[in-house]
Amino acid sequence: MFRACRQLGLKTIAVYSEADRGAPHVRDADEAVEIGAAPARESYLSAERILAAARQARAEAIHPGYGFLSENWRFAEAVDRAGIVFIGPRPEAIRKMGDKIEARRLMAAAGVPVLPGSFEPVADVGAAEVVAREVGYPVILKAAAGGGGIGMARVDKAADLATAFAAAARRAQAAFGTGELYVERYLERPRHVEVQVFGDDSGTVVHLHERECSIQRRHQKLVEESPAPNLAAATKMGLTTAAVAGVRAIGYTNAGTMEFLVDQGGGFYFLEMNTRLQVEHPVTEEVTGLDLVVAQLRVASGQPLPWRQDEIVQRRAAIECRVYAEDPSKGFLPSPGTIQKLELPSGDGIRIESGVEAGSTVSVHYDPLLLKLVAHGTTRPQAVERMADALDRAVVEGVQTTVPFLRRVVASPEFRQGRVHTQMLEQGAFNA
Amino acid sequence: MPEEIKAHITGIVFQVITKPGDRVAAGDPVIVLESMKMEIPVEAPRAGAVKEIKVHEGQTVQEGDVVAVLE
Repeated sequence: MFRACRQLGLKTIAVYSEADRGAPHVRDADEAVEIGAAPARESYLSAERILAAARQARAEAIHPGYGFLSENWRFAEAVDRAGIVFIGPRPEAIRKMGDKIEARRLMAAAGVPVLPGSFEPVADVGAAEVVAREVGYPVILKAAAGGGGIGMARVDKAADLATAFAAAARRAQAAFGTGELYVERYLERPRHVEVQVFGDDSGTVVHLHERECSIQRRHQKLVEESPAPNLAAATKMGLTTAAVAGVRAIGYTNAGTMEFLVDQGGGFYFLEMNTRLQVEHPVTEEVTGLDLVVAQLRVASGQPLPWRQDEIVQRRAAIECRVYAEDPSKGFLPSPGTIQKLELPSGDGIRIESGVEAGSTVSVHYDPLLLKLVAHGTTRPQAVERMADALDRAVVEGVQTTVPFLRRVVASPEFRQGRVHTQMLEQGAFNA
Repeated sequence: MPEEIKAHITGIVFQVITKPGDRVAAGDPVIVLESMKMEIPVEAPRAGAVKEIKVHEGQTVQEGDVVAVLE
């Protein structure tokens, strides 16, 4: 972010919590403002404090990053009202796509394939049976208020529905305070493939191709790459066309990502849209040679998109591995602490995006993502070799990390052959 | 024999689910910790009655700290 600002001659202002006083991003900025105590609610999740800091520093624009308030339409609206430019989509677009039921309805209306299922929570088990018969078994029951896989249950046949429905409703009630469920078709071994999109104020929308992000734990990504290996040309064409049609239908501006599930037969279904820059955007940058953050800044200042669709080409292959402070040998439990030693690889085709250094405290208050390791090359095998080597050379001591797990992924025949799907971790693939 | 239930990770007490006198089964959550945006239950190692809760919501606990005691 700061690199992109410097490139455009813009001054940078960081905000930070008490816990992050010594963080690298604070030193990297031209100016830095402390906004509150360590708990995110009192700092990074406080729209008031961030706006107060922006006014104090006379900021002209705010980049919301990719966590915290980045997909909060009320924050985007508050930034607007304060006369500051929000570097991202319009609040209305964030709101529409943030409501998962409305997003699904809007995308279906725009001709984007969505998973067959109920568009609303089902009233009772009888209603669930009707939907399940329509879409065909197996189906999945999902908590309407849910996330993170809680309250989800797979049902293989009609005879199991009543029991599964009662159990899922009870778990959803306990976790979210509402037992409302929906019913969707269950996909066997689907892939998660997403399309990077970008729109500007004049209504131009382009895509920057796809990313394969199937290797996940708790529905969060660990490894991403582009181009997606073994993706049929027709499927890829369908995905990018649908993604552009979908975002055009809602008048979307700035960077966004349309996420899809792709089934074994190449059928694809809209999952959700991330109305912000993604963690894995460096993959697309290395593949296309384009700077997404610079484009975000230009588009937010009212300029047209700097690229035409036919200029956006997948020139290289790139892979990103996310290094989290988590213990893969204990089911990816968080591992807060202090980083005692940090040695990161460098060299041809290696890009590191790190938020930490030796001596950094990894706080219980924030997301466990420490750094991103990106390897790229002229071919996928070259990128894979570079990633394997980079992971071998990476040393992080003081906290447990996902590095040992990532080494096993990159060494596995499934990954090498590009045959991955979203259910691999729960099935025990890559276990030590 | 009373048995201490220890936090298996460092985190902040997000929710105290049980109170002294409550009966729990093995594997039932006694309290929920929050660490790095994840909610992680601390479970009863065996069935029994909760004798004492040693923590309150919002408190920071270190790995290995006693959070509750079973009768």
